[in-house]
Amino acid sequence: MTDATLQIDHAGPLVSLQDAGRTGGLRFGVSPSGAMDRAAAAAANAAIGNPAGSTVIEVSLGGIALTTDTPLTLAMTGGAFGVDVSGTKWAMPCVLTLEPGQSLTLRGGAEGSWAYLAMAGTIVAPSWMGSTARHSKSGLGSPALTTGSTLRIEAPEVRPTRLGNLPRSPNDTGPLRVVMGPQDQYFTRDAVESFLTKPFRLSPASDRMGLRLEGPPLPLTGALSIPSEPILRGSVQVSGDGVPTVLMADHQSTGGYPKIATVISVDTDRLAQMRAGQTIAFAAVTPHDALSITRQRANQIAAYLADLEQPRGTLAERLMRENLIHAEPFDTLTSNAGD
Amino acid sequence: MHPTFKPVADFGLLVIFGDEFDQDTHAVIRGLDAALNADLPQGVLETVPALVNLMVVFDPLLTDHSAVQQAVERCFPIPPATSSGTTRTIDVCYDDPFAPDLPAVAAATGLSEEAVISAHLAGDYDVLMFGFAPGYGYLGGVAEAIQVPRKPQAVPDVPAGAVMIAGRQCLVTTLTMPTGWSVIGRSPTPVLTDNPDAPILFDVGDRVRFRRISADTFHEIRHD
Repeated sequence: MTDATLQIDHAGPLVSLQDAGRTGGLRFGVSPSGAMDRAAAAAANAAIGNPAGSTVIEVSLGGIALTTDTPLTLAMTGGAFGVDVSGTKWAMPCVLTLEPGQSLTLRGGAEGSWAYLAMAGTIVAPSWMGSTARHSKSGLGSPALTTGSTLRIEAPEVRPTRLGNLPRSPNDTGPLRVVMGPQDQYFTRDAVESFLTKPFRLSPASDRMGLRLEGPPLPLTGALSIPSEPILRGSVQVSGDGVPTVLMADHQSTGGYPKIATVISVDTDRLAQMRAGQTIAFAAVTPHDALSITRQRANQIAAYLADLEQPRGTLAERLMRENLIHAEPFDTLTSNAGD
Repeated sequence: MHPTFKPVADFGLLVIFGDEFDQDTHAVIRGLDAALNADLPQGVLETVPALVNLMVVFDPLLTDHSAVQQAVERCFPIPPATSSGTTRTIDVCYDDPFAPDLPAVAAATGLSEEAVISAHLAGDYDVLMFGFAPGYGYLGGVAEAIQVPRKPQAVPDVPAGAVMIAGRQCLVTTLTMPTGWSVIGRSPTPVLTDNPDAPILFDVGDRVRFRRISADTFHEIRHD
């Protein structure tokens, strides 16, 4: 079977190829990278029937427009972006087939900052240190997806049993859970209290490396010079002027700013989807509780992914199945088919 | 030397050996790093050795902070670090226009430019840690005679391959970036190797020696 070529007719800033990211690079100064919203990227792969961790397109609020030379089924998940296929609107998350001559457009919508596009086929991308993920700052990993560029899809397929709207991912709300430290001892008591009780606003100065926050200053107990030390995704580091930044997928591997707290792994996904101007709050949990929360959430997401992985059948098959199970009039089901 | 432990979110454990860098502490960190990586404990994904501590990153679905702490404690006592690391040689050209800050370093230290170069070449450098960007290895061991502070203002667009110094540390850059360090040469030796089995030229604990080359050799190596 011949490859498909996708023509990227428009790509906003920071649109890139991402996968599950790289492990083992931090000791060499190499960020993990990978999807900003890891659960959403996993959902796109599950919904299209690809192996977990396959390369996907990560779409920023700047959006993307593309065309294909070969019929191709695509899954899209993540924020509530606007989806348009040559004039027909779709609601996220969904799976649809793009035909040659049609144009697919994703644009930032009602909520969310990142969307993910998985293809029925393999996105051809160079791997570096075990991952195709593009590191935004260095450009290492796969090349940028820019307006006018093309993307090759190996073994492109139409997968009619996967089409349609998808269930939304299980919600998670409330304050972002953090484990305090590892350098909370360098902050004044007031700073720690402000951090845990006052709201913070996401600043527009945010990217794949980190999200800067606006809120009460978080003063240190004194002028500090901490030897540079390892950083993880979710670290809330506070610069000398008291401004916190939550480090994200493309974070530096080490740094000398003290970290007041670290956002637990499952909460960095919903943090990534927040927009500039949105308000967030932090709540401290013990390391033990952080593990329980993560494991519980992981089970919830695994169940959601397992549901998405099941081919839902063609439209005709679904109608037939529903009809047999519910023994309802066919016309009612037809009117519900697009729900 | 027994460490203290700090949990980091639900997937990290910071193993802390002190507040200030010294050679002996760093030798223990390197020893622990080697011991952990010789047989990665269940659920541990990677370790990140730094100046005064070491981060252990783990999969929270497979293990937890206390199991990782026990695995770290089982590594003690750490055998005294041998001069274990491999020695890597990095070519460096100190000629104009690759050494824009050489005159200023000479002026600041009261040495001739040639004496600065000799002092730099005479150094025996340890890879202490990586940071800032991929392949940015912080090399300890800059001779006292040529230790200069960082510049007050960063210079934009310093090309990849810059050999630069600040305080007791030396660094060979891999990306074009702004820097406040003093650039005293340029290297054609790729630190990002394109070798999938060893993508970065050196690792923490390796030693680095610099070898002086002419501008002609630089261009030959780079196929300019």
